[in-house]
Amino acid sequence: MATSTVTTLVGDLHPGSGRSRAPRSARRRIGRLVGYVALVIAAVGVLLPFFWMLMSSLKTNNEVFTIPVQWIPKTFVWQNYVEIWQKSDMTTWLKNTMILSVVVTFLQVFTGSFAAYGFSKVRFPGRDALFLAYIGTIAVPWQAYMIPQFILMSKLHLSNTLWAIIALQAFGAFGVFLMKQFYETVPEDLSEAARIDGLSEYGIWRRIILPLSVPAIASLTLLTIVNTWNDYLGPLIYLRSPELWTIQIGLKTFISQYNAEYALIMTGSVLSVLPIAIIFMLGQRYFVEGIATSGVKG
Amino acid sequence: MSSTLTARRPGSSFKRRNTLLGWSFILPNFVGFAIFTLIPVIWLFYIAFTDWNAFGKANWVGVANFTRLIGDSSFHVALKNTLYYAVFHIPLTLAISLALALLLNSKLKGVAFFRTAAFFPYVTSIVAIAVVWNMLFSPDTGPINQLLRALGVDNPPGWTTSADWSMPAVIVVGTWREMGYYMLLFLAGLQTIPRQLYEAARMDGANAWQRFRNVTVPSLRPTTFFITVMLTIGSFKVFDLILVMTNGGPGQSTLVLSQFIYTKGFMENQLGYASSSSIVLFLICISVTVVQFLVNKRRDA
Repeated sequence: MATSTVTTLVGDLHPGSGRSRAPRSARRRIGRLVGYVALVIAAVGVLLPFFWMLMSSLKTNNEVFTIPVQWIPKTFVWQNYVEIWQKSDMTTWLKNTMILSVVVTFLQVFTGSFAAYGFSKVRFPGRDALFLAYIGTIAVPWQAYMIPQFILMSKLHLSNTLWAIIALQAFGAFGVFLMKQFYETVPEDLSEAARIDGLSEYGIWRRIILPLSVPAIASLTLLTIVNTWNDYLGPLIYLRSPELWTIQIGLKTFISQYNAEYALIMTGSVLSVLPIAIIFMLGQRYFVEGIATSGVKG
Repeated sequence: MSSTLTARRPGSSFKRRNTLLGWSFILPNFVGFAIFTLIPVIWLFYIAFTDWNAFGKANWVGVANFTRLIGDSSFHVALKNTLYYAVFHIPLTLAISLALALLLNSKLKGVAFFRTAAFFPYVTSIVAIAVVWNMLFSPDTGPINQLLRALGVDNPPGWTTSADWSMPAVIVVGTWREMGYYMLLFLAGLQTIPRQLYEAARMDGANAWQRFRNVTVPSLRPTTFFITVMLTIGSFKVFDLILVMTNGGPGQSTLVLSQFIYTKGFMENQLGYASSSSIVLFLICISVTVVQFLVNKRRDA
């Protein structure tokens, strides 16, 4: 299901039809024109805030708010990108965020795909009820149980350590759900053949299923990295010491500390978005794939 | 899926073997899931009935927290603001993301680029988005109000600095951020509609609007329904965007349910009371999901 959705999404998008009589083609041209105008307006609406952010990050502080709006700085102040490292603890924030992203993603992908195999390829009593419990919690917002979770983490002495964020993010039901959706599309014959060849279930997971599910793993990896990188609430509640701050918490603190340094704030914002932007550009196919897989089935 | 281990080798020892095998796969994830999600969710239903304040002992107080909620005017404000957000955010996002999906589902150039661009806000962090939009919304010198003045609006709104306009500002940003995501879901739905349906409608002389009304809308109903459910849950739990953009203010003009829970629990240490309001949020989201489940079931039957 995953792959078929994606090919239709990425591939041919047009329910077009043959062109016929002349008046229709004139009407069509107008329709296309309206379409392009709408597309341009929408694109500007989506991208203008990012453009403004990037340009402001290269202005002097006084140039950020001018009347009329100055869309492109007179001179590009690259100095901002040096100054931000001196005025803030960017290195620590980025380091912490990177550690968290890597560890969380590894654990989520590993435990998620492993559990998904159990849910989709092994049949045992109580399996479906257990899976329902997993799915049920996807509908429960984290905000609803953040308080008991915080108490629990404090009792386990995980609060105010990076472990808290790992524990919070790494075992989500979402990864299990996404991987299971994909495994259901893998024909049983493959595993059956391997079983006859004497491969254990773990061997089948490792040698057959895992290599086949590279696209699904790529989707889950990218979605998890982005999620962990962007998480604000988890670090806000659990990471109190400045040396543990992630980029989001660090940036937010920087904003309240230097609330009139508009250009520098924009510089920090650009730096916080940049890694995600690069990952997104490189792997956008897998993002679309992951969203389509987890969404359409619902 | 059709042939499974139990089907092939019946017998209770194999069944036991399968159970062990299945659990061994699930266990690494389940341990973390049980400790950090399942137990907190269950525990919530105990704490909500106590007067726990983080330092003392938790005493059972029955439904006292809930009766207090009924009379708490801050809670009323939070509930009302959450509804305000939901009532505007849901239809607005539905309409815009559907319109964008229809646009992308046509034979225009640049569609692939736009699909990527529209999705980008969704993967950008809330902190960066909030700070940029706060600057764009800046009442005196911000680009948005300059544009409005140029268009002839003499007294443009104060946006996040005004109690009347802070919620609309948050709704605009929330919609802008999420529309690309729902657009993708709509697009996936649109692509499942058989082309023959449109051709048949065209043969019958249906114009573009009639084709949209009589082919697209009914065929998209399952997608639309699913998206509405997702949007509803998303609206009721809205939090980080508001926390960073307005921090609930000015005054209590953007105080929402999740922030009420956060303030009571983490700022005022009233864990029991905060948990009882968590249960309200929990029940809202669960009932939305149950309705979705029932409707889907009825449709399948």
